[in-house]
Amino acid sequence: MDMKVAKKKLPLKEKYQYLTRDLGWETTYQQQEKIFPYAEYEGIKIHDWSQWEDPFRLTMDAYWKYQAEKERKFYAIIDAHAQNNGHLHITDARYLSALKIFLQAISPGEFAAHKGFARAGRELPGIGTQVACQMQALDEMRHAQTQIHALSNYNRYYNGFHAFADQRDRIWYTSVARSFFDDAMSAGPFEFMLAIGFSFEYVLTNLLFVPFMSGAAYNGDMATVTFGFSAQSDEARHMTLGLECIKFMLEQDPDNLALVQRWIDKWFWRGFRVLGLVSTMMDYMLPKRVMSWREAWEVYGVENGGALFRDLARYGIRPPQGWDDAEKAIDHMSHQFMLGLYQWSFGTSFHSWIPSDEDMAWLSAKYPTTFDKYYRPRWNHLRKLAEAGTPFMNTGLAKLCQTCQLPSVFTEPDDPTMSCHREGRYLGEIYHFCSDHCQTIFNDEPEKYIQSWLPMPSLFQDPLNGDVGAWMQWVSLLNGKDNGDFVGSEDEANFQLWRGLATKNQ
Amino acid sequence: MSNVFIVLQANEETRALVEAIQLDNPHAVVVRQPAMIKIDAPDRLEVRRATIEELLGRSFDLQELHINLVTLAGHVNEDDDTLTLSWNS
Repeated sequence: MDMKVAKKKLPLKEKYQYLTRDLGWETTYQQQEKIFPYAEYEGIKIHDWSQWEDPFRLTMDAYWKYQAEKERKFYAIIDAHAQNNGHLHITDARYLSALKIFLQAISPGEFAAHKGFARAGRELPGIGTQVACQMQALDEMRHAQTQIHALSNYNRYYNGFHAFADQRDRIWYTSVARSFFDDAMSAGPFEFMLAIGFSFEYVLTNLLFVPFMSGAAYNGDMATVTFGFSAQSDEARHMTLGLECIKFMLEQDPDNLALVQRWIDKWFWRGFRVLGLVSTMMDYMLPKRVMSWREAWEVYGVENGGALFRDLARYGIRPPQGWDDAEKAIDHMSHQFMLGLYQWSFGTSFHSWIPSDEDMAWLSAKYPTTFDKYYRPRWNHLRKLAEAGTPFMNTGLAKLCQTCQLPSVFTEPDDPTMSCHREGRYLGEIYHFCSDHCQTIFNDEPEKYIQSWLPMPSLFQDPLNGDVGAWMQWVSLLNGKDNGDFVGSEDEANFQLWRGLATKNQ
Repeated sequence: MSNVFIVLQANEETRALVEAIQLDNPHAVVVRQPAMIKIDAPDRLEVRRATIEELLGRSFDLQELHINLVTLAGHVNEDDDTLTLSWNS
């Protein structure tokens, strides 16, 4: 009788060699430079592509196997969510605002990252890089799909989920995330790798997915915990790829240092501005909060970012230029931005609200030096107006930053009572900025940023010509359903009604 | 000195992983958060296949970690037996 003998498994390093490096070849019919025309266009000097190695040594066969398992786990829970009235298990319908922002602003970003990595994988000559980019391109597509799929279960019951694709292109607050990805996708392949790998994955996803998904678990939202963790299980690989790319550029040629540092400065600040949205989700929109924005920043910004820059110091890299100003903004940004979202809530496809006494006590405990002094009085004033039946709506439009596209709602780094605004001229036109760092980014590449599509100016152009009703139609915003204060909204009423029906027999 | 860390989903599969990491890295600190477990360690952390197999009672491919991984910090180096996280600071 024959004994079945298990085939000898190749050691990981050897397998990586066979299934990655050995798939590449030197071209002979065409010159390498013609096949990879963008490899040198940014000015990054690479001498030996074979030095690039994926630290996880993941090969495509293993990739498919583990991704398939992640998908099976994901869909088991999504099915259970749909079959068990998962939409009624969340702590409170206010929580949905965080999901709506996520779907409108972040999920389309995942799809943009998919397109970007498909392109970077084609344009970078190294085979190790090509394989890693191919995996990441597939991951990002999976993230967009699983997020849309998971949240479609909420779209059956609640407002504000129905038009995320239109809103990604047209509404004002999503243009912050959109411009971030458009900026990265229209850069060269090395800058793209640094923008997404470092800024989006290393800085942003730790601050976005990790505490936010943990927060979703606290708020009874199994669907979001699942797509979040399923996506995040890929992010560890993406961060490692981003870090590997930075090290690779720095080790290949000392001349690359200046360019890498400039990109780190630029993309740290671009990422930090996108995080403005996340800070409001964490401090205001989770009914049951897991940690404050400040606490998340301490762990994933100060501690983890600090560790990274101490490590990269051996190559001559210093912390990003905006680092100190970011630190100064941490105790203010969520409050300033949420006040903005409330004032302009007629133009948001999610609800905002005035924090309750209990919420304000929490905010005051988490932000002891800033909340009671600067922000509680403003919320109290807004509450007084709302109680008098004259809720404050800001029908004036804020200046938009030409670089990050946020309305200028933030204050000077050293004076929280002074609005921060910078103005510059280029070829006779005036441009506005939210900060020194956004102005510096513009000044480095003005020809790029003068082409930006900005949501506010489009409101005043033909055919809308400033007509807010027509604008709402154009951005697929259903007035009185998708927008405005949570108190008195359909979402609030339906959630109460359905939850009542789910626990009673009348 | 900087901390490296690894964060895993809190589930049945990762119970043995967390236990193995604790055994192999007595200097590591385990923090349990909603739905996830964060393990911090100064400068260096090692995840060893042999220890995990011992605790799981079955063979284990270190790349299975990807399924339950949430995030990590530090330079990664992985071969058949060990996944290492480290900072050079």
